[in-house]
Amino acid sequence: MKLQTGTRLGLYAVLELARDPERTLSAADLAERFGVSSHHLAKVLRTLAAAGLVRGGRGASGGYRFTGNRRRTTLMDIVALFEPAPGQRAKEPGEDTDIGAALQRVLLEVDEIAEATLRSISLETMLKPRR
Amino acid sequence: MVAIRPAQASDLPAISALDARLTGLDKPQYWRDMLAPERNLLVAESEAGKLLGFIAGEVRAWEFGQPAAGWVFAIQIEPKQRERGVASALFEALVSRFREKGVTRVRTLVDRKDHLILSFFRAQGMVAGPSLQLDMDLA
Repeated sequence: MKLQTGTRLGLYAVLELARDPERTLSAADLAERFGVSSHHLAKVLRTLAAAGLVRGGRGASGGYRFTGNRRRTTLMDIVALFEPAPGQRAKEPGEDTDIGAALQRVLLEVDEIAEATLRSISLETMLKPRR
Repeated sequence: MVAIRPAQASDLPAISALDARLTGLDKPQYWRDMLAPERNLLVAESEAGKLLGFIAGEVRAWEFGQPAAGWVFAIQIEPKQRERGVASALFEALVSRFREKGVTRVRTLVDRKDHLILSFFRAQGMVAGPSLQLDMDLA
């Protein structure tokens, strides 16, 4: 499964900030940690702030901190901010044919399993040390 | 303080009633069968002896070609008593019993739309297993 870059950066940023909600990190700090573009990360952080998951970020060096609920927020909550919901996806050519419809049923099955997995993992579970 | 112990016949009405209230399905015979010696039905109770929740499981070998694993069949917690670690304590108690029987894996089957229970098992450290469950409508 491949996530769009924005989704991946959103997950990186939220999880890193949620690791210690007292700590403040800037887009540049986070970009350096994960070796990604700080410009793209700054945009992702604005989306996360609008969703109430992080707060802060005044100016280029402004820091962000986690303001969500680690136990209540799931990986799916972050993914849904950046990826189109399966039901709201634009129709692809050929979907109305019998083969297209059969293929859609298989892809829907895969989507449902992926969504159940992402929705069952809270940030708290994700950040727990592995046994 | 939560106490965990094996269920007795006298616990069945409360277990059955809690399950029926939460699932909408009344199945007293199913719970009676869970008292069989090879099965594990554990209850969590308050100091006053009130049922807080229960867990049911069993060690099964070569189910669908898989080596022995401890299966968790059901776990239910009184809604007002949730978020106090009762389910985690029940799960730990069942898993210790499985370990005593020499199994090294614990397994369960969950409705993929039941996010609450899926999240609970995930929080215990469970991940997707090696099997995929398949169904077909025979109606």
